[in-house]
Amino acid sequence: MSIFVDKETRLLVQGITGREGQFHTRQCVAYGTNVVAGVTPGKGGQKMDDIPVFNTVKDAVKETGANCSMVFVPPAFAADAIMEAADAGVPLIVAITEGIPVLDMMKVKNFLNTTNSRLIGPNCPGIITPGECKVGIMPGPIHMPGPIGVISRSGTLTYEVVYQLSQQNIGQSTCIGIGGDPINGTNFIDCLEAFQADPDTKGIVMVGEIGGNAEEEACEYIVENVTKPVVGFIAGLTAPPGRRMGHAGAIISGGSGTAQAKIDAMKKAGITVVEDLGIFGVVCKDAFEKVI
Amino acid sequence: MKIHEYQAKELFDRFEIPIPRGSVAFSVDEAVKVAESLGKFPVVVKAQIHAGGRGKGGGVKLANSIEEVRKVADEILGMTLVTHQTGPEGKVVRKVLVEEGLDIDKELYLSVIPDRSTAKVVIMTSEAGGMDIEEVAAKTPEKIIKVWVDPGFGIQPYHAREVAFRLNVEPEVVKQFGALIPRLYRLFFDYDCSLVEINPLVITKDKKLIALDAKVNFDDNALYRHKDILEYRDLDEEDPLEVEASKYNLNYIRLDGNIGNMVNGAGLAMATMDVIKRAGGEPANFLDVGGGASAEMVENGFRIILSDEKVKAVLINIFGGILRCDVLAKGVVEATKKVEVKVPVVIRMEGTNVEEGRKILKESGLNLIVAKDIKDAAEKISSIVKE
Repeated sequence: MSIFVDKETRLLVQGITGREGQFHTRQCVAYGTNVVAGVTPGKGGQKMDDIPVFNTVKDAVKETGANCSMVFVPPAFAADAIMEAADAGVPLIVAITEGIPVLDMMKVKNFLNTTNSRLIGPNCPGIITPGECKVGIMPGPIHMPGPIGVISRSGTLTYEVVYQLSQQNIGQSTCIGIGGDPINGTNFIDCLEAFQADPDTKGIVMVGEIGGNAEEEACEYIVENVTKPVVGFIAGLTAPPGRRMGHAGAIISGGSGTAQAKIDAMKKAGITVVEDLGIFGVVCKDAFEKVI
Repeated sequence: MKIHEYQAKELFDRFEIPIPRGSVAFSVDEAVKVAESLGKFPVVVKAQIHAGGRGKGGGVKLANSIEEVRKVADEILGMTLVTHQTGPEGKVVRKVLVEEGLDIDKELYLSVIPDRSTAKVVIMTSEAGGMDIEEVAAKTPEKIIKVWVDPGFGIQPYHAREVAFRLNVEPEVVKQFGALIPRLYRLFFDYDCSLVEINPLVITKDKKLIALDAKVNFDDNALYRHKDILEYRDLDEEDPLEVEASKYNLNYIRLDGNIGNMVNGAGLAMATMDVIKRAGGEPANFLDVGGGASAEMVENGFRIILSDEKVKAVLINIFGGILRCDVLAKGVVEATKKVEVKVPVVIRMEGTNVEEGRKILKESGLNLIVAKDIKDAAEKISSIVKE
């Protein structure tokens, strides 16, 4: 078992004919993901490799039964693309695009609340259930199937963490990058809820960073609802306040969103906090010993 | 992106948000001319830099005569202003805003910002204006009034009424509030702002509501649809190395430490800075070369780090996903051909094409210290710091 994506996932790629879209679609296919359709307005009827391309998401869903969309559309048009997928009833939308304006994402988020669609991202590496399905840009080979669920706001930092897990022979049930933007779809709590409910996930890794208070809220949720062991890491102890550290969401403003406050909240919630990234895998080996 | 107070006030004026009469001046003579045109005293001379706390730092002064305007403008222009937001090195003042002085009855606070957790726009106001609003929020949260607006539906008259009636102000001021709030919201919305703040928003003795200060920041991701705002960018206010890095689409922030670093991905970059600190060093910068960096970007990033004189060693940490390790290695080799590398360089790379990358580094004959993982990299940095 796993959460959100598996062997049944039928993937559609919005922006499939662009440079990034093409490259990563091929990587997903190579990993074993069932890519059934692409959408590029104006290119309906064409094919990308053997994958049929449609003008609209509605057409693609109707013809192929796609149940998940991966969005590679450029930032200026990405909000529109996400809303199109939701309006077409796609249950899971994974937005890789970085740099979507905040006001656009606000509209998307409020619109999604009126639909049954789940959004992962934007500005994220995507989601992978090792050995089954990859919807995103993460390097497939570093992952291995297993019992640990991974949730992260970051991209390459997630790869580092997953790599160290695999080095210790600790496999992953599903790894989700929820994205580095201030306003995103699926949050830590949504993922924690799903991992807690998934019988094959035995432990959870949570990787946060400075900015906002999503980690603090997740910690409160963990105290009340999560019985599985959790290992946490927070990036940005040395980040100066008031500066945006790459991710639009990674900024300490008005004294809130500091790494120390998040680490303290994690410790208070009984989470094993790793402060030295170099030994992340080793600490996990120990923390998850009883469940793996 | 940040802009100056006088530029923010130009925007306010365009949206009919009341501001004091005044104008920007780049020299003492210009300041005197502005003061003369205002026709009455006192006037206020305010340093224009991208940082708060200007008053406490001596960058805002009253003048009661033309002679005094000349004197204070001369003091402020060219001074290095140090505030809690500038860092210890301060910022050189290159322009001042000269404005009419007002007879103030009361100081309020008003701002519009995006709210992450609700995905709505929040309007915040408080009777505790003129003070550090974060402190007010922490100590007396009941003094801050918040109203949320769904950007899909936009601002409604009741939003403004709710804010105005909950503030303890006279009926004639309530009316002005009702007009002001929608204008402020429209400025925020039309220009994709990340912050619009008036602190203080003053009520004058003759019961007029006026924005005494103005702060407007913009969402960098939305600047592509606001070309006119880009004209407001002031390169004098930015670090020269950061300006240089932005030319190559590199995400670089200069810091005070001694260990330079280059990483792909913002989260890993922050975590690498933390690793440096744990190893006993201080990060000299944040540099995310991004997921899809080219050899040229890597080369430029490396060159920029090395041009910071404080840097005593460099740590390169790349987890190759989209950015392949061989591309990184080529960039580093090219950069070392162009700039003289006088400090030790530790490289840790992992992921896509790591073997080719290591081969390129080895065959280059460069004196690089290759680390096998993050732990090893931290230990190597630690031993360099101790020397």
